[in-house]
Amino acid sequence: MSVLIFIDQSEGHIKKSSLEVITYGVAVAKQLNVSAEGIVLGTVANDALIQLGKYGVQKIYHIANEKLNHVDAQLYAKQIADTATANNSSVIIISQNQTGKAIAGRVAAKLKAGLVAGAIALPDTTNGFVVKKSVFSGKAFANVNITSAIKVISLNPNSFHIKQTEGTAEIVTVNANVAEPKVKVTAVNKVSGEVPLTEAEIVVSGGRGLKGPENWGMLEELAKTLHAATACSRPVADAHWRPHHEHVGQTGIQVAPNLYIAIGISGAIQHLAGVNRSKVIVVINKDPEAPFFKAADYGIVGDAFEVVPKLTEEIKKLKTA
Amino acid sequence: MKILVCISKTPDTTSKIAFKDGNTKFEDAGVQWIINPYDEWYSLVRAIELKEKDASTIIHLVTVGGADCDPVIRKALALGGDEAIRVNTDSSDSFYIAAQIAEIAKQGNYDLVFTGKETIDYNGSSVGAMVAELIDAPYISLATKFELNGTTAIVNREIEGGEEVNEVALPVVVSCQKGVAEQRIPNMRGIMAARTKPLKVVEPTVVDTLTNIVSFELPPAKAGVKLVPADNVAELVRLLHEEAKAI
Ligand SMILES: Cc1cc2nc3c(=O)[nH]c(=O)nc-3n(C[C@H](O)[C@H](O)[C@H](O)COP(=O)(O)OP(=O)(O)OC[C@H]3O[C@@H](n4cnc5c(N)ncnc54)[C@H](O)[C@@H]3O)c2cc1C
Repeated sequence: MSVLIFIDQSEGHIKKSSLEVITYGVAVAKQLNVSAEGIVLGTVANDALIQLGKYGVQKIYHIANEKLNHVDAQLYAKQIADTATANNSSVIIISQNQTGKAIAGRVAAKLKAGLVAGAIALPDTTNGFVVKKSVFSGKAFANVNITSAIKVISLNPNSFHIKQTEGTAEIVTVNANVAEPKVKVTAVNKVSGEVPLTEAEIVVSGGRGLKGPENWGMLEELAKTLHAATACSRPVADAHWRPHHEHVGQTGIQVAPNLYIAIGISGAIQHLAGVNRSKVIVVINKDPEAPFFKAADYGIVGDAFEVVPKLTEEIKKLKTA
Repeated sequence: MKILVCISKTPDTTSKIAFKDGNTKFEDAGVQWIINPYDEWYSLVRAIELKEKDASTIIHLVTVGGADCDPVIRKALALGGDEAIRVNTDSSDSFYIAAQIAEIAKQGNYDLVFTGKETIDYNGSSVGAMVAELIDAPYISLATKFELNGTTAIVNREIEGGEEVNEVALPVVVSCQKGVAEQRIPNMRGIMAARTKPLKVVEPTVVDTLTNIVSFELPPAKAGVKLVPADNVAELVRLLHEEAKAI
């Protein structure tokens, strides 16, 4: 028996969310007293994989086939499910990142395994196998019991702390048969140089209070200073002031960074739903009655156009101190 | 072209979330039910747009749920679609639901199955992937743009830190989000027409349920906001650094 952890990579780079699932999977394996094993698909340098032993994973199956360099839900699910079956894995852990959303359901259906999608804590195994997950877009949690023999958990990004210890992983190179992908990738457009929103430790977010796209410079400056990702409220994306992929909230992206700074955002219930799992929330709004203050940890009642540049300046001072 | 659009009913986005029966059930008293926004705004509207371009397109809607779903399904039919199928059963297990939809998808031989990116109640983002697996079709998740060129779908999909353009021969299952289409408001003619469109109720196939919800919880309340005067931004930075350890 084992726990099988799917380790997601992009262009040979191991994602932060993968380190989270490794830490989580290792903890689950310890709980069940079985071994923690990983699976990596596509081209990644062997050294980078051996290093992952630092996070507690003992063995990694590496299927280095080039056809797996792009995420193809069908091909990925087959390799993960086959590896799970061949190694008698009883629990499969996947990040609920973009890749996870493409494959977790497929892996679960293939193995006829119960799935908890969007887990935020370790399973409770005292009475069944109960996993806590986020529901109602972050407004509540559900404790879900998985009753099938094989179980799949997809872990919400930024909900489990990465833990480093020591060790190296044994790498098992697997020569699997990989079918021709049915989906052809004809273009990849990555926004380079920016911190991906769902992985960001800090998010700087702007709302309609900023009046127009021309005023985003000060937000970007603040974000750069904090090494943060930028986000926005829905009307801002709807008005095309900012790209769609920055829209956070109940009908946009759900984020759970360490720090969320909301600037000129009123804090409508649909917006809060997507951000209220952030650990620390700072609100800058000129209206003291803005509902966002009720959900905030720190706040400044003031004009964003005055406060934000000062904030950037003060943070720069702190960073150079 | 035959399109199957998956429709789920969810509580209105402004609903107060509360639970009953010892926190084991969602408190639905006073809750307004809506079509899951991703299903309505993106998948359904895109299917309707495809039919507007090619009138021979047939759109079927499918929902898995009890008779209380009927008003929501009628509302979807008022936006567009030729007929609806309701699988008469209820479950919170995504595999069980996906297996019901897969059964309908197999029987109807659809070229295209659309789902929303996720439902705003259970947020699983998994039913589309499961349906695709169960009918052995490719799956494209988190689409932000969807075009057809004959029997080839050209789809932009979200990946970490960007987008990818995919090309795939039909049939395919696609989960839709913002960018695929724009929200529409049903008009009077649509609402009248929806009353007479067929809504078929079918009984579920026998499938195992693999998960069940034991209980719900609400997040702990915030301790309350600490306000810092606007002319003392340095104090905010100090608090974030020393107290919250967030920067
Ligand atoms: C079904 C549904 C789904 C939705 N989903 C989402 C979602 O996912 N995400 C989302 O964000 N919204 C969503 N909404 C919209 C939501 O209800 C709000 O309308 C939206 O969040 C408001 O955006 P905002 O805060 O940027 O703008 P506003 O509500 O207009 O707020 C602007 C704020 O800026 C402040 N302000 C103005 N000038 C300044 C200044 N100079 N300095 C500082 N502060 C200033 C104002 O006091 C105000 O509080 C949804 C709505 C519906 C109906």
